[in-house]
Amino acid sequence: MGERLGNLAIFGFGEGGWGLALLEGAAMTVLVSAVGLIVGGIIGGLVAWSRLSGHRLAGAVGRSYAALFRGLPELLIVYFVYFGTSTLLTDIARLLGHEGFVGVPSFAAGALAVGVISGAYQAEVYRASYLAVSRGELEAAVSVGMHRWLMFRRIIFPQVMRFALPGLGNLWQVALKDSSLISVTGLAELMRVSQVGAGSTHRPFAFYLGGAALYLAMTLVTTRVFDVAEARATRGMRRAAG
Amino acid sequence: MPTETPALTAQNVCKRFGQLEVLRGISLTARDGDVISILGSSGSGKSTFLRCINLLETPDSGVVTVAGETIKMRQRRDGSAEPADRRQVDRIRSELGMVFQSFNLWSHLTVLENLIEAPVHVQKRPRKECLEEAKALLARVGMSERGNYYPAHLSGGQQQRAAIARALAMRPKVMLFDEPTSALDPELVGEVLRVMRSLAEEGRTMLVVTHEMNFARDVSSHVMFLHKGVVEAEGPPYELFSGETSERFRQFISKERD
Amino acid sequence: MDLDFAWRTFIRLIEALPLTLSIWLLSVVLGGLVGAGVTWMRVSGVKPLEWIARGYVLIFRGTPLLIQLFIVYYGLASLPVVRASIFWPFLRESFNCAVLSLGLCTAAYQAEIFRGALLAVPAREVEAARACGMSGLLMFRRIIFPIAMRHALPPYSTELISMVKATALVSLITLWDVMSVAMKIRNDTLVTYLPLIIAGAIYFVVNYIIGAAFLAIERHVTPHLRARPG
Repeated sequence: MGERLGNLAIFGFGEGGWGLALLEGAAMTVLVSAVGLIVGGIIGGLVAWSRLSGHRLAGAVGRSYAALFRGLPELLIVYFVYFGTSTLLTDIARLLGHEGFVGVPSFAAGALAVGVISGAYQAEVYRASYLAVSRGELEAAVSVGMHRWLMFRRIIFPQVMRFALPGLGNLWQVALKDSSLISVTGLAELMRVSQVGAGSTHRPFAFYLGGAALYLAMTLVTTRVFDVAEARATRGMRRAAG
Repeated sequence: MPTETPALTAQNVCKRFGQLEVLRGISLTARDGDVISILGSSGSGKSTFLRCINLLETPDSGVVTVAGETIKMRQRRDGSAEPADRRQVDRIRSELGMVFQSFNLWSHLTVLENLIEAPVHVQKRPRKECLEEAKALLARVGMSERGNYYPAHLSGGQQQRAAIARALAMRPKVMLFDEPTSALDPELVGEVLRVMRSLAEEGRTMLVVTHEMNFARDVSSHVMFLHKGVVEAEGPPYELFSGETSERFRQFISKERD
Repeated sequence: MDLDFAWRTFIRLIEALPLTLSIWLLSVVLGGLVGAGVTWMRVSGVKPLEWIARGYVLIFRGTPLLIQLFIVYYGLASLPVVRASIFWPFLRESFNCAVLSLGLCTAAYQAEIFRGALLAVPAREVEAARACGMSGLLMFRRIIFPIAMRHALPPYSTELISMVKATALVSLITLWDVMSVAMKIRNDTLVTYLPLIIAGAIYFVVNYIIGAAFLAIERHVTPHLRARPG
C-alpha cells in the first residue's frame, strides 16, 4: 500500500495501522514469558531441591546447572535450544522414516529457552527462601504430628513462596526482557512484530520506540501487580527492617 | 582568682524536632578540668544537647563557644538555623573529641588506622608522629597488643576503649561522652569507666552523658540533671545526691538504683 | 567428531574474542561513568535531578537491551536530523552504536549498584567521621568510598558477567563477535552443536575468570569481615 500514514496513525487500528499487531505481539510476549517462567519454576524447584537435599552428587549436579546457565549468553541458549531441539527432532523423525527438516515450534523452543535460563536463577531464590523459613516453625509442625508431605504443603511451601515473591517479581521482569531474544526464531512476539513493522514501513525509530514503550508499560504493570501480591502475602509477617 | 576563658560554654540552647520541643534553653559553662555529668531520663534531651555542642544536631537557637571561639550561626530562608562557616565547624569538631554509645569505629580500618585517620587527614600532622602517639594512647587505655586488630574482632569494652583512644588522638580541648557504657554488657562497663576515671584525674575537661550514678557521684566536679528539656537541678555531686535540692532528682536516682 | 574442524572452529572463534572483549570493556567503562553521574543525581537531594535519575533507571532497566540496541543502530540512522548532525560519523559505525547502547544500559544497573553501596555505609561511621572534623571530599575519599566499594564488589562482578553475555547481541547488528562467527559457521556447515558449544565454552571461561578475579579482590580487601587468623 503506497499510502503515507502519519507517524501516530501508523500505530492506529485502522487500515495500514499496526496498533493491533503490536498489541498481539505484546500478548504473545506475556504468554511466552509466563510459560517460560513456569518451566523455570519447575526446573528451579528441582535444582534447589537437589542442592538442599544433602546428597553430594545431587548437590553437585544442581550447582553445575546453575553455574552453567548463568555463565552462557542468553542469545546462545536461545539458538542452542531452538536449533538443537529441531535437529534432535529431525534426527528422531529420520529414524522413523520421515525425510526432511522438522522444526520445533518457535513458541515451545522460546519458552523452553527462557525457562532453562530462568530456572538457574529461580533455584537460588527458592534455596535462599527455604533457608529463611524459621527452624522453630518447622519444629512446631513436627511436634504436632504433621507428616512430611502435609508439612510441606501447609507450612513450607506457603512460606517459601512468600519469601520468594520479591525475587520472583524481579525474575519475571527479566523473563519479559529475555523473551525479546526469541525474535530470532521468528516467533511473532513484540520484538519481532516491531522489527517486521519497522522493515515494512521503513520507520525503525518509530516502531522500536513504540515497542520499547509497550515493554515499559508491561514492566510497570507487572511491578504494580507484584507489589500488591507481596503486600497481601506478607500481611502479619515481621520484616527485618522493623 | 583571675577569670580565664572557659573551655566550653553553651548559652540557652533550644532544639525542636517538628512539634516536639526537646531542648528549652539549656546553658552550661565548663572550665578547664571540669568533669560534668549530664543525667536525665530518656527523652530529657541530654544526648541531643551534647550533639548540639559539636553540631551533629543543629540547635534552633543558642550560642556555643569552644575555647573562646563562638560557632557562627545564621538563619535559613525557612527560619531554621544553620552554621555560617562549615570550615569553622570542621575545625572546632577536630578540637572536640566525641565518644559514642555505639563506639562507631571505622570497620574497614584496624585500631591503629582508626586512631591516626583524623590526625593525619584532618589535622594534617605527620604520619610518623601520629603513629607514635597512637601507640602510646593504646597503652594508656590498655590495648597495646591489639593495634592491628579490626573492630569486628574486639569485644564491646575493647572497642569503646579504642574509641576513647581515637578521640584522645585528636588532642581535644574538651571530650564529649554520649552514654559511653550504655551499649556494653555489664561485665565490660568497668574497664571503660576505669579509663574515663583516669582521664578525669589527669585533669581533662569532660562532658559525660551517662546513666552510671556512681561515676557521676564519685568522679564529676559538677552534675546537671535535665528533665523535659530544661535543667531541673545542677550543682556539685554531693549537693544533688544528698537529695535536698530536687524532689524529682531524688525520684530519678531511686528509679535508676533499682 | 571431526577434530580438525573443531580446532579450526575454535581458532576462528578465539580470533573474534578481542572484538567481544573490547566492546565489553568500553561499554562497561562508559556505563561506569554515566552510572556514577546518575547515582550522583539520585542522591543529590535536588528533586528534579532525582526524578531524571529514577526515570533513566526505569527506562533502561524496564526495556529489553535488544530493542535499545536497535533504536540506536537502526532507529537513529533512519532519522534525517541525525544523519545531518555532527554525531553521524560516530553513529555510522556499528561498533560505536554497540558500545553506546550497551554502555547506556549497564549505566542504569551500575547506578543502582552504586546507590545500594552508598546506602550500606553505616550512618554511625559517617557520624564519627563528622565528629572528627571530616566533611565533603575528604570524608568521601577516606570513609564513604572505601566502605561503599567493598559492598559494591559482589553485585558489580555479576553485572560485568551480564555485560559479557550482552555483547552476544551485537551479532544482530552486523558485528563479527564470537556469537556471530559461531552462527556463520553453523549456517555455512549446518553443523549445529559444535560451534555453539565451543562458543559457549569460550564465554563460560571468560565469565569464570571475571568471577574468580573478583572473589580474589573481595578476599583481599575484606580481612575485617573474616575470622582473625591464628
